[in-house]
Amino acid sequence: MAAAVSIENLQKSYGDVPAVKDISFTVKPGEIFGLLGPNGAGKTTTIRCLCTLAKPDGGKIEVGGINAIASPKAVRQRLGYVSQGVAVDKVLTGRELLKLQAALYHLPKKSIGDRTEQLIEVLGLQDYADKKIGTYSGGILKRLDLAAGLLHQPEVLVLDEPTVGLDIESRMVVWEFLQALREAGTTVLITSHYLEEIDALADRLAIIDKGVVIAEGTPSDLKDKLGGDRVTLRIREFTPYEEADKAKHILESLPFVENVIVNTVQGNSLNLVVKSGQSSLSKIEQSLSEINLPTFSLAQSRPSLDDVYLAATGKTIMDAQIAASSIRDLKKEKKQQMK
Amino acid sequence: MSQSISSQNIKSALAPNPGINRPNTEQTNSLGDFIQETLALTKRLFIQLQRRPSTLIAGIIQPFMWLVLFGALFSKAPSGLFGSDLSYAKFLAPGVIVFTAFSGALNAGLPVMFDREFGFLNRLLVAPLSSRYSIVAASTVYIIALSFIQTAVIIFASAILGAGLPGIAGLSAIALIVFMIVLGVTALSLGLAFALPGHIELIAVIFVTNLPLLFASTALAPLSFMAGWLQVIASLNPLTYAIEPIRYIYGHGDWGISSIVMDTPWIGFSFTSVILVLLVFDALILLAIQPLLRRRFA
Repeated sequence: MAAAVSIENLQKSYGDVPAVKDISFTVKPGEIFGLLGPNGAGKTTTIRCLCTLAKPDGGKIEVGGINAIASPKAVRQRLGYVSQGVAVDKVLTGRELLKLQAALYHLPKKSIGDRTEQLIEVLGLQDYADKKIGTYSGGILKRLDLAAGLLHQPEVLVLDEPTVGLDIESRMVVWEFLQALREAGTTVLITSHYLEEIDALADRLAIIDKGVVIAEGTPSDLKDKLGGDRVTLRIREFTPYEEADKAKHILESLPFVENVIVNTVQGNSLNLVVKSGQSSLSKIEQSLSEINLPTFSLAQSRPSLDDVYLAATGKTIMDAQIAASSIRDLKKEKKQQMK
Repeated sequence: MSQSISSQNIKSALAPNPGINRPNTEQTNSLGDFIQETLALTKRLFIQLQRRPSTLIAGIIQPFMWLVLFGALFSKAPSGLFGSDLSYAKFLAPGVIVFTAFSGALNAGLPVMFDREFGFLNRLLVAPLSSRYSIVAASTVYIIALSFIQTAVIIFASAILGAGLPGIAGLSAIALIVFMIVLGVTALSLGLAFALPGHIELIAVIFVTNLPLLFASTALAPLSFMAGWLQVIASLNPLTYAIEPIRYIYGHGDWGISSIVMDTPWIGFSFTSVILVLLVFDALILLAIQPLLRRRFA
């Protein structure tokens, strides 16, 4: 059976700026596949190339064994696309938009009414379908977008950052829906910069950074490969850097500790890796008290997808996200938290 | 939230259905598909018009004001100034008809530009349209329908203001001319909507084209009133080729397809040759926008 989506050595630049340098991954039929990475990693460009909105500079894209560059129309028929931006016509009602979309996918005229009604029911849009889209909330809008993407019963549904800007309740609704969609046999390709989203939903994932794939596999495979447990230590709620640095030197001398990082964006907390299956936490606390440093909080956990990203790039996704947007003002944050 | 996603029938509703995905979409005879998608896109534009009718209302009020104000401006002009038995109202009506249709057509690209900027166009571009020219076709059908509504109102209003009413043949000829000028200008505007970077640039182009083309045509004054250089420009202006035959129809109940309906500094044009000029104008524009559209639609 052909892969649902196969992307090989994809390259795409906008002018001199390379958005995608070399991205390859394969999505198997019937799975939820996640593309994880910070903003600017090349996720949206990859999706735009897959959905035939942008022409790749190099590489190969196949959907169900069909070449997207040679046969774009056949690929468009097989894909459903739920984009990141709000691409709706505010003046139309939800039902009118769905009917327009149905005609664009050439559903038989007789079945358009029934099919539209069916999706309105499945997505719980009965109360909203005949109101103008301009009045919808973010969560309802996303449901309408999902309905529109699924009208023609595509083999693969592609979602670009589907829960950005949604409240928690709406986000859970989307997650449950995507799981139901997989149960029904539709392949789902989802991009996100939310770790927990990909961790909770994806059967397999690729982590991308600066236009290249840095890891691909199931969430548990990727985490197990790293080995060790993650420890987060806060000496005080807001630790002076000198104290954190002092603690770092002490901790590095412990035999079961590796890779100590002072996380300056998280109030100078310390992130470290310890070998699994030891009473590491009490030993850490003990060695800190020997140099008269208190412990505000100390937590041990299995590696997360963020640690996979951290191990490959030397920074967390959150840090990359922040670096991409702006530098946070820690003093101001501290003041605000103390109010 | 009163309703959430229901689990009833969820499987049958969501399962992929290869049956409706025609495997040989690339080869399918697609005329039916083209008509389906064009009608759906046209319907969207008319729903927008129905819910936001201000453009149409303004598009009817404006030419009405042209008629009244310009009519008043020249109401005391010596009789016979605008041709043997032509009142200024009669002289002005064809100019306002053509100019209104032209302005509407020139703005045709704006909704498409906004669809591009807001991302709605992407929704259309990821769909397996049988031809992306259906996007252009829908806008053209819509603008032509609007122009016909405006033209009908202007003809009616002019009749009340004393311009008289052409016969059935005359009205059909006016419809044909309006159709031809709108087709070419709409195509040009849609081409620009895909070629220019954003709506600011498109509005700038509309701004510098609209009024200058009005004043460099015979809409408001006959060629004989103009400076020599402007006569040359006006004689090359496609608007003049639409205005003059309509004016002839208003002034001569006995017009025919071989009547000389337009004089230029060089030669006179019969009704048939004016139509040919407009045909060439449309053909040239449709050819010129091909590369612009193909670049976006490839």
